[in-house]
Amino acid sequence: MEIPYTVNARKDTGLYNAKLGIWLFLASEVMLFGALFSAYILLRVGATPGTWPHGLLNVPLGTLNTIVLIVSSVTVVMAWASLKMKQFGKWRMYQGATLVCALIFLVIKSFEYNDKLTHYEVVTKEGDKFHVYDGHLVQEDKDKIVLHPSAHRLYTARAIAYGFGPEPAGAHAAADHGAKEHSDKHELITIQRSTIEHMENYGPKHHAYLAIYFTLTGLHALHVIGGAIVMAFFFGPGAKMWKTNPEQFTNRIEISGLFWHFVDLVWIFLFPVLYLL
Amino acid sequence: MQHSHDTHSHSHDAHHHEEMGFWSKYVFSTDHKVIGIQYGITSLLFLLFGFGLMGLMRWQMAYPGTPIPVFGPILEKLLGSAAAGGVMSADLYNSFGAMHGTIMVFLGVVPLAFAAFGNYVVPLQIGAPDMTFPRLNMASYWLYFLGGIVMLISFFLPGGAAQGGWTSYSPLATIIPTQGQTWWLVGMVLLINSSLLGAVNFLATIIQLRAPGMTWMRLPFFVWAQFVTAFLLLLAFPPLEAAGVMQLMDKVFGCSFFLPTGLMISGKVADVSGGGSPLLWQHLFWFLAHPEVYVLILPGMGIVSEILCNNIRKPIWGYKSLVYSLFAIGFLSFIVWAHHMYMTGMGTAISTFFQTTTLIISIPSVIILTVFFITLWGGSIRFNTQMLFTLAFLVMFGIGGLTGLPLGFNFVDLFLHDSYYVIAHFHYVVAPGTIFALFAGVHYWYPKATGRYMCDFWGRVHFWCSLVFMNIVFFPMFTQGIAGMSRRMYDGGANYSAAANKGLLGALPDSAIYSNVIISIGAWMLMLVQIPFIINFVWSIWKGRKVESDNPWEATTLEWQTPTPPPHGNFAVAPTVHRGPYEYSVPGAASDFIPQNQADTKAKASKS
Repeated sequence: MEIPYTVNARKDTGLYNAKLGIWLFLASEVMLFGALFSAYILLRVGATPGTWPHGLLNVPLGTLNTIVLIVSSVTVVMAWASLKMKQFGKWRMYQGATLVCALIFLVIKSFEYNDKLTHYEVVTKEGDKFHVYDGHLVQEDKDKIVLHPSAHRLYTARAIAYGFGPEPAGAHAAADHGAKEHSDKHELITIQRSTIEHMENYGPKHHAYLAIYFTLTGLHALHVIGGAIVMAFFFGPGAKMWKTNPEQFTNRIEISGLFWHFVDLVWIFLFPVLYLL
Repeated sequence: MQHSHDTHSHSHDAHHHEEMGFWSKYVFSTDHKVIGIQYGITSLLFLLFGFGLMGLMRWQMAYPGTPIPVFGPILEKLLGSAAAGGVMSADLYNSFGAMHGTIMVFLGVVPLAFAAFGNYVVPLQIGAPDMTFPRLNMASYWLYFLGGIVMLISFFLPGGAAQGGWTSYSPLATIIPTQGQTWWLVGMVLLINSSLLGAVNFLATIIQLRAPGMTWMRLPFFVWAQFVTAFLLLLAFPPLEAAGVMQLMDKVFGCSFFLPTGLMISGKVADVSGGGSPLLWQHLFWFLAHPEVYVLILPGMGIVSEILCNNIRKPIWGYKSLVYSLFAIGFLSFIVWAHHMYMTGMGTAISTFFQTTTLIISIPSVIILTVFFITLWGGSIRFNTQMLFTLAFLVMFGIGGLTGLPLGFNFVDLFLHDSYYVIAHFHYVVAPGTIFALFAGVHYWYPKATGRYMCDFWGRVHFWCSLVFMNIVFFPMFTQGIAGMSRRMYDGGANYSAAANKGLLGALPDSAIYSNVIISIGAWMLMLVQIPFIINFVWSIWKGRKVESDNPWEATTLEWQTPTPPPHGNFAVAPTVHRGPYEYSVPGAASDFIPQNQADTKAKASKS
């Protein structure tokens, strides 16, 4: 039994089966990410004023990653075009380049994740005075920890409850802890473990922004990994098909390329939404 | 190397399928017909199981706090303290209720109506050798199977299965301290991915694999219905998947997507970051779940149109109106979702918008039903079992549809919301509506799949008894709902009854409480009268009357122009289509039906 149009296009639709299939799949993916973006909007407009972070993420790193993905979407087209022109050697080069880009993207992303997961908010209690500290964990002993305060921080409901909320817009920093915090910006903070009431890193649990950040970028990273695995298969053992059925192989590269473009496109939306706005 | 390549290409060869082993032929098959039957049998079993859960719950509603006879001790043995002494505990009642809805919708009706009938019939009706992606098709079934297993296992977790209702509203669903909800979410993600693979496959098949001459307006209406259904599944399910992932993040990683700031649990502030939105869950859930209602009903309408034309020997009246109405429903179903949320306080402006679209969507639905009724006009009706179910569908779905109109109005819904009226309304649409259409479909296509008829006599017994008991079950719920009985009450409303609250204005009248007993007896009887169907279904596989020809109902569509049962690859000769789908009683033709692949009108239509 032979299923028609697996390799060649059907006349009236102008598509072969898999190409239609991937477009339909991508339509569904648009709805998936669309729902998450809607969630982002609802969480953001519903946030307590002043608690939605600006500039929490590293914009130069994000820009670099954006460039890496844009480059990869060029190489992915070049790979397909090379096969169309029957230049298998060139295809290998471009396909390899795409895979390298995917790897670079994931490495950069994992550094960014690590930066968030080592960033802590610490509530201390000395006597009956509470204090909220915030910074990256740089040193950890049995009886004390050392934080390096960062330029950008989040204001959680917990911190606000202890009186360490965002300064209201326009109000001058009359309160002494505001001025003190400012001068402390570049000094390391040493905290005795015995005084720690609560300590939590900037994981998805910490704040609604981080929850949507990790969910969106995590789902996107899973797409990158999935796409990279498929393309690595074509680069390696899957490439045998070029000898037996070059047309179908070219189609496969086109299909994986369409998926890859979608993954890039999602990032093009993620970058401004999470890093810049 | 060369050798292994050869065997690979041969395994796809039609001549070799006879030699396939049991596993690859019946279990891990890529044949759309086998997958359709797998889906069909699995989903029928899930329907029975989901119905069984409700059968147990009905005891608790009719006779609150008393041990369930026969099944009570079994429950206690299986589930332990949740059914101590054979009495259903409140937690068990909640989890059975949540799982009844989940299983009936996501594991029963949708897989049966869409995946089972669609898989078996659609490629045959469009003249295709198989689905476009047979291996994805198999993967779709196994993901569904896995999702079902996950749901079933969740009953045996400490604390039991999900208890937050099939709608799983947060924060309630998130803060119930069992793992049931987590398993529910994992199961749902599996089911959603299964339906995604199915939907892509159906759409690609219908677009790409139509036989030569099978133009869009020559498609049988059943194919159109499946086409629009597939679009709904493709585009509406992903938002629920996103919501499911977010609720999973809430459950597993302690996020607060759906948990607001300052959430109190049992008098204590919850240890969550807050800042989430409970409304967000409801929006995302209903963005799926309203189109899902049409996923439940459209394949049923498709089945009904096939059987209707076949048994009145007339073309359908207004084929194009049907198709365009279908598209109107498909489009509108994406912008009515928040009529499930009038009570959330989302604002009158938004309510008004959704009230308007909700009333507009009733227009194409009424057009479809009207077209079916007008088609009956002047027909000479053959009353076989499938036709009886079909005719009952028209009336029962009519009741279900019309009782939905009051719910579409914001101000009426304020009173009826979350009451038994709502339960009665949607069960009229889905139970004597869709499920009757599915029974009709089983009787109609059974001879093609097995080469034997199901017994007509026992089919009629099953039909009449089901019709009577369906109405005994669901009709009193309308009055219960109007009397103010709220759904999801563990004691069947006894706490709010006039008997328990002497002199209280607005307490539930005795008649509403007493209806519980009538409904419960009706439900158990309904369960009992499914036995003839089950026996008929199984017995006929081996002992049913053999069909005399490949086209026993003298139908026009292509699935009847194949050998019986159709082999792997379907058609003996690839068909070419010459005419529309319902050319019955064409004046001047030699017989009262002309198959779609017959070129000459004057020739006698072949029955084999």
